[in-house]
Amino acid sequence: MAIVETRRITKLFDEVRAVDGIDIIAREGEFLVLLGPSGCGKTTLMRMIAGLERPTSGDIVIDGNIVNDLPPRARNVAMVFQSYALYPHLTVEKNISFPLRAVGMPKDEIRKKVAWATQMFGIQRFVDRKPRQLSGGERQRVALARAVVREPVVFLLDEPLSNLDAKLRNSARDELKQFQRSLGTTTIYVTHDQAEAMGLGDRIAILNQGRVRQIGTPHEIYGYPADIFAATFIGSPPMNLIEDGKTWIGFRPEAFLPKEIESNGDNVDFAFRITRIEYLGADRLVYGLIDGRTPETRLISKIPTNIRTHIDAGRVYDFIVRRQDIARFDREGGRRVDGGAA
Amino acid sequence: MTSAITGTAGKIRGKDRLLSRFADNDRWLWRAMLAPAILYIGLLVGFPFLLSLYYSMSSVTVASQDVHFVGLENFRRIVESGTFWLSLQNTIVITVVSQFFVLVFANILATALVVDFRGRWLVRLLILLPWVAPISLGSIGWLWIFDSIYSVINWTARAVGLLGPNEWPIWLGQPTLARASIIIVNVWRILPLATVIVLAGLSSIPQDIHDAAEVDGAGFWRHHFQITTPLILPITLVALLFGIIFTFTDLIVVFVLTRGGPYDTTQVIASWAYFTGIQGGDLAGGAAISLFLFPVLAGVAILFLWLARHTEVT
Repeated sequence: MAIVETRRITKLFDEVRAVDGIDIIAREGEFLVLLGPSGCGKTTLMRMIAGLERPTSGDIVIDGNIVNDLPPRARNVAMVFQSYALYPHLTVEKNISFPLRAVGMPKDEIRKKVAWATQMFGIQRFVDRKPRQLSGGERQRVALARAVVREPVVFLLDEPLSNLDAKLRNSARDELKQFQRSLGTTTIYVTHDQAEAMGLGDRIAILNQGRVRQIGTPHEIYGYPADIFAATFIGSPPMNLIEDGKTWIGFRPEAFLPKEIESNGDNVDFAFRITRIEYLGADRLVYGLIDGRTPETRLISKIPTNIRTHIDAGRVYDFIVRRQDIARFDREGGRRVDGGAA
Repeated sequence: MTSAITGTAGKIRGKDRLLSRFADNDRWLWRAMLAPAILYIGLLVGFPFLLSLYYSMSSVTVASQDVHFVGLENFRRIVESGTFWLSLQNTIVITVVSQFFVLVFANILATALVVDFRGRWLVRLLILLPWVAPISLGSIGWLWIFDSIYSVINWTARAVGLLGPNEWPIWLGQPTLARASIIIVNVWRILPLATVIVLAGLSSIPQDIHDAAEVDGAGFWRHHFQITTPLILPITLVALLFGIIFTFTDLIVVFVLTRGGPYDTTQVIASWAYFTGIQGGDLAGGAAISLFLFPVLAGVAILFLWLARHTEVT
């Protein structure tokens, strides 16, 4: 267990600033998620923490020591790759014991550790198989077992669930969180999937173009987005935005509801011309425009299916947003100036 | 005019149809595709092979009028000759030693060349050049390098003080040095191909695997021998197979450099077969000698293909 810190860390690939002065602290035992679109620098940042890339400037601090000049093996971090990167010519057992053999651990101790790790992930049955004989989910478990077996101070997980099918991904997410809780090891997790980030992270750092846009708990990130990027990147569908003088007004689709279900309280009214309705099982997504407003402003409302208000495409309805659910963003820099709640 | 145009078009369409009908015909297409290769192998490999089988059990010479069957007499004669055992030993020693060095150097070179650096393509090109040059021309170049009077090696060594005033190795005239020379040229000749093959193997390993090994704490040697080497083993065996076959059957290097001398100490099976059969006129003897190459090479080929198949990964 350790605190991982990056101080004004920068990485240039030729002239491109992949990582542009990032300060982040992963606290003791914390599950920190780096979330961002592809190319935002999140994987580069993680690779620098692992020691696989050298920062152009800035420091990486693990457990109070600056580790910039240490090779990966001296940092005592474990990494799980998107491809799992299992050694194809070694059996599951040899794969898992590889990091232990690399530090020259005695044989009987290695056997105990491997038994512990395989039991933890329920892969005892596969120890003699080669990776190619395993399914995607099994490979992922082997990769995790290989990461935990030497009890590193930090786990670095690079989109470890993205190669699993949707159903397996949910259960794997749950297991991942549980084992991280039980080990209490500081974990940094890279993903572009906001559901994964929200579900797993103690805190989430939203990255874009090599910079941190916001860092906070899932609740803070969702309820109080720091800027327009965070507001529209998180949430599906994204936050509605309306021009209003020098600011943008923003509110979540699920806060934008027909007036008839909640007419009392301090609300803002909209005349909402419906263009299209998507039925998604648990929710209805209602697409439309603010009636009579120029320039054309498109909004989305997300109505839980158990609210059975009748809505037809092509007609205009009264919709409301509670004033407390509205955030305002500066039009210049996109920063949030006030308001916002989940 | 109009009719002429449509007429040509019609003809082309007709030809097209015939061609496409043939291309769609599973029964005959593969036969037609294989025929040239089979014809080629049959005429240039199969026929000479059968002919040499026949010669090896006959009394044929370059000048013979009547040829008769002598059974295994030629083989008995060969096996009883001291030169045969010496040639066999030389062939094996030259092949094994040169391929050992080829593997070591190819691994070092490929490991260096897989790293990205400026001008890498130029270095790769230069390394591949010996492979493109005709063996005979390359060997003649080496003949001058090893020359007893003008040897560039000796003069350079003397200039930098490695050779004393009374030291002057005669590369192609002293048995040990002559063998070493043959080995050096064979290494020089096979190395480019082996390097390119090993390089292809190295490039095919995903970067993630290397990164995982780094993070998992492997140092250079562990990384190299427990991860990289096993992963390129199958393709390395293919390189080795080529190297063994090319060296084992080669007579050009020996023919150009030493003609098997001094005193047959660099004689190999292939060169001895040539000197006996073609230059000595004893076609039957030459055929019998060359046949000794066959079981060894067939065995090596089968062994390596089996190994490559069974060490396949991913």
